[in-house]
Amino acid sequence: MATSSYKVLPGPEHFLPPAAAAMGIRLPNPGEAHIHGEIVPEEKAMEVAAKQFLMAKVPTIFPGPLVLWAWNEKAAQKAKAVRHLFETIKECVTPSQRPMLIPMPDYRPKYPKINPEIEINPNHPNLTIWHNKIDTCMFVGVHCHQANLSLKIIRGGTSCYTIAMCAQAGHEDAMLSFRDATAEKILKLAEWIKKLKGTVGPSQ
Amino acid sequence: MSLERIKIAPELYDIMPPEYQDLVQRATYGKESRGWKDIGTTKELIEEHSLCAGCPESMAFRYILASLPNPEDTVMVGSTGCTSLVFPHVAVHNIHSLFGNQNAVASGLKRALALRFPGRIKDVVVLAGDGATVDIGLDMTLQSWFRQEKFTTICFDNELYANTGGQESGLMQKGFVAKMAPVGKTFEKVRLPEIARESGCHYVVNCTVSKPNLVEKVVKNAVYVAREIGPTYIQFYTPCILEIGKNSMEGLQEMRDAEKPNERFAYKEYVSDAAKELLAEIAAKEKERKAAAKKQLAGQNA
Ligand SMILES: Cc1ncc(C[n+]2csc(CCOP(=O)(O)OP(=O)(O)O)c2C)c(N)n1
Ligand code: SF4
Ligand SMILES: [Mg+2]
Repeated sequence: MATSSYKVLPGPEHFLPPAAAAMGIRLPNPGEAHIHGEIVPEEKAMEVAAKQFLMAKVPTIFPGPLVLWAWNEKAAQKAKAVRHLFETIKECVTPSQRPMLIPMPDYRPKYPKINPEIEINPNHPNLTIWHNKIDTCMFVGVHCHQANLSLKIIRGGTSCYTIAMCAQAGHEDAMLSFRDATAEKILKLAEWIKKLKGTVGPSQ
Repeated sequence: MSLERIKIAPELYDIMPPEYQDLVQRATYGKESRGWKDIGTTKELIEEHSLCAGCPESMAFRYILASLPNPEDTVMVGSTGCTSLVFPHVAVHNIHSLFGNQNAVASGLKRALALRFPGRIKDVVVLAGDGATVDIGLDMTLQSWFRQEKFTTICFDNELYANTGGQESGLMQKGFVAKMAPVGKTFEKVRLPEIARESGCHYVVNCTVSKPNLVEKVVKNAVYVAREIGPTYIQFYTPCILEIGKNSMEGLQEMRDAEKPNERFAYKEYVSDAAKELLAEIAAKEKERKAAAKKQLAGQNA
């Protein structure tokens, strides 16, 4: 069910894209997800996200501090699942595709510059996306505020497709967002990628 | 307390940038005798900085970080200025406050930490430039001292607003002409160390950062006194070589010249009676610890 005529689409939208929430995009309820701002059943989003990864030239996962650090057993399990998802993507794509796993270890702006080959910073995520020519990315384990900021900058300045594997209520500013992320949910996405392997591929 | 407090998830360890891997493996957290001599042994003590090449603030930063007695339970509060370019590289909790508000933020933080973690030592250390401490933030600086807030205030005194291109500051010398203060300062350098003493600081030091062992001693003393007794203040001369027209290699000599007897950064300290007593106790304990360690070493070698 669409609640707004606004669509959260890959950019570049413009220098300061509006917050999707301000454009009437609302968050999914438990068991649901959203795609471009439209509320869909979670299974549908699993399928679409899996296809996005399989079609991307540089499918990338950006794990944030909530999974990079072993805060507790739950976080450690999620980190394991993230690694599994990455390995699955690597197994399921063609040799011309280049999957990446790039951490967002810190939220503080880093001077004079970050190294875009090995990290992403929420204050200028576009640098890492441009440098590595990333066309699909997934945020996981990034605190809400930093994810919102970063997703908006990505939509503003790049044409990258953004997916949020959010542990809370989801992100309006991603093009596709899950909610209530758990290790199991991340593993399920890996299953979907395996299932759809070979059905779609990158455009030439 | 030690490196045990936080671990990288093993499955994602290999993708973490090297600074974070080094941090969990080799940081000096929990090392009782940590100090300036640890600089260069771990990336945690700022391997790279983002200040001008040779800026004495970068030396000061390293010495201070290496000297904090309790880094994993310390929160630093910074303010806008050249120092704020370094904080993102610092492996100690820190808050970047609105310019001038640092001592107000630190007051609330220190009180909140005492309530949230009763029985655990939590140190708060403010580190800000002279513009933030003495001009725009003077109200907050003084009020925190009047209220006897238990944290340390460190001022990096480069005698002007460096980050914004060289405006006049209260700590600038009389007559000094800066790039954005062409008329020359018309009044004397504000005597903040004396004001700090009169405002209730229990330990006050004014010096340069030319000697790392001295910086270590002063920082440790200031933190210990703030923890137990009340506010402490350190004013370090960290000349802005860019604004005074010096080369990268000349910062150290500039500090040595400025600390000669009768110069404005000749070593000066004020210590309250309560602080004197505490520092004497700590020194006696440290002596005992060192003697015991020596004895143990001799026993091992025998
Ligand atoms: C509220 C506010 N006012 C003014 C500024 C502009 N500003 C940025 S840095 C700075 C001067 C910093 O001088 P100082 O505290 O001496 O630090 P330094 O750069 O010299 O180390 C000023 C005025 C600001 N960032 N915020
Ligand atoms: S402008 Fe001055 S104080 Fe700032 S980093 Fe450069 S030399 Fe240091
Ligand atoms: Mg200054």
